[in-house]
Amino acid sequence: MSTITYREAIVRAQREALAADPRVILMGEDIGAAGGPFKTTEGLFEEFGPLRVRDTPISENAFVGAAMGMALTGYRPVIELMFADFMGVCFDQIVNSIAKHRFMCGGKVAVPVTIRAMGGGGVRFGAQHSQTGETWVYQFPGLKVFCPASPADAYLMLRQAIDDPDPVIVLEHKAMMAMKGEIQTDAGRWPAQRPQVVRPGRDVTLVASLAMVRRAMAAADALAAQGIQAEVIDLRVLRPLVAEPIIDSVTRTGALVVVEENHESGGWGAEIVARALTAAFDYIDKPPVRVTLPDWPMPYSPALEDAAVPSVQKIVDAVLAQH
Amino acid sequence: MAGKSSEATGRVVSIASVLGAAGARTAYEKLLLIREFENKVYDSFVAGLVQGTTHLCQGQEAVSVGTVMALRDDDYLTYTYRGHGPCIARGMDLEGAFAEIFGRSTGVSGGLGGSMHLTDMQLGLLGSFAIVGAGLPVAVGAGISARERGIGQVSMTWFGDGATNIGAFHESMNLAAVWKLPVIFVCENNLYGEYSPILSTTPMQDLVVRASAYAMPGVVVDGNDVVAVLDATRRAVARARAGDGPTFIECKTYRQCGHSRSDAGKYRPPGELDAWMERDPIVLFRNRLLAEGLLDKAGLAATEQRVREEVQAAAARAAEGPWPEVRPLHDATYAGTLTA
Repeated sequence: MSTITYREAIVRAQREALAADPRVILMGEDIGAAGGPFKTTEGLFEEFGPLRVRDTPISENAFVGAAMGMALTGYRPVIELMFADFMGVCFDQIVNSIAKHRFMCGGKVAVPVTIRAMGGGGVRFGAQHSQTGETWVYQFPGLKVFCPASPADAYLMLRQAIDDPDPVIVLEHKAMMAMKGEIQTDAGRWPAQRPQVVRPGRDVTLVASLAMVRRAMAAADALAAQGIQAEVIDLRVLRPLVAEPIIDSVTRTGALVVVEENHESGGWGAEIVARALTAAFDYIDKPPVRVTLPDWPMPYSPALEDAAVPSVQKIVDAVLAQH
Repeated sequence: MAGKSSEATGRVVSIASVLGAAGARTAYEKLLLIREFENKVYDSFVAGLVQGTTHLCQGQEAVSVGTVMALRDDDYLTYTYRGHGPCIARGMDLEGAFAEIFGRSTGVSGGLGGSMHLTDMQLGLLGSFAIVGAGLPVAVGAGISARERGIGQVSMTWFGDGATNIGAFHESMNLAAVWKLPVIFVCENNLYGEYSPILSTTPMQDLVVRASAYAMPGVVVDGNDVVAVLDATRRAVARARAGDGPTFIECKTYRQCGHSRSDAGKYRPPGELDAWMERDPIVLFRNRLLAEGLLDKAGLAATEQRVREEVQAAAARAAEGPWPEVRPLHDATYAGTLTA
């Protein structure tokens, strides 16, 4: 175990993958000599050279599609998308080609592509540079979608993604880059690829992902002071979604609040609520509540952005209103 | 129109000098195989064995055969929804191809892909892309692999004239050029992007000029002349293998059928199809084989008979193939375990 930042965890996972496997090649915009716009490839260009850590043109269609071609022919490409919003540029390659190719080949090929996409709000980047991308990609069979909410997961999920025979999108959160925490380098001790209870409680189940996990934890602290014991679940793996830990929790607490940094309509929270109600209807005492972004794009003004992203207070208020 | 493209290449090459006698027979056989295959797919559609849609390439066979014959066994190929040609030219099992198009479990992809998605990794047939332009970036990626591996492999990608207006084309041309990748861009300019004539969508008819925007060598070739296509492709492949980067090859050709099954092609000006039928790639090659004395009429007839029987027999066997079992398809969707 060692204590590092979320950003350092990302660098470390890539360094170890590059060192362990000559098939691993990194590609992205300004990830080479510049070390990445968020410094998530810092030092790797110097250590592994320009062929293993490749600076691409600003050309997501080309290099994301190229990653699939490399994966089909024996390599393990790791793509950095500077902003998760840029998945919009190469959406065809991701959802029509990468996600479906194995299937269309009758399951005879594997497409081991890793796409790291840095998203999320709270950093004043406005409407086109603040989306998490979660709801864009979570509905496509063929993809796996990992959402690391801690340095530990930023590290192990990226290692798992690069080793995975299937395409994995790792949605990293820009506002978490400086977060510190311990990482586990022993793969034998990594948790299963499923949601995880990160704080036990008996009164309400809070399900959150990415930067919302920290806020849900802070909300749970505040609620405890008022006598409500919230159980917090870090969603972690958006696809394939394993709902069992959430259903188990709701069965015990009888109440469900989902917290996500996506718009309410069609967010993953709706999926969680539906699954919980279907599986645990008789155990749920209170109407499930969704704490989400409003149904408008992310505003730039700090005053408006802070009001849009679910805050600790909003989560607390939602739980109190439910109870 | 067709004559212009021959002039553009400025090369008149004899079959014997490019192909040799054995190569000439192989080329003729492959041309016929594709033609008979496509005709049989059409007939099978009419007979109800093929559903949905299918995009045939009658008239464009010389592009598939001439380009594929320039490749090595370990090269990579990506192509399009009008992609039966490269697959058959590359040697895809005919029964497996028919069975895939018929939706049977004995298809090359177990019936999960269909007419627009014939693939065979063993033959380097990486993928048939049904989104216009989507196969080009993937071919660029295979070119990166080829370059990294360093054993002289190349990657070849086919696309139509319509694809040269989509972003993925331009991004792929740029990336292949800036990294000097061993990628051959084969543009099948058949004058129509789906239902629209090229000049209604594109401000020029000669697409080779687009190569110069990426500082990439570009050549124009008569796409109905299998010898000219092979000759030009060999030069491009040699450049790529030598590490000198990509080439754009514009093959001037013509789609004798409509865009897809439901399209009778009635938007074509009167006489255009007839003029191009005069330049049918198989008839042209057949006449030249006779003129150069590489095959006599009896030899040609024997080949034609054999190919026809082979195709008919493969289709008949494919039609007997079982339907895929209705079962969960998670294993076809994901290679790895879903929960750890």
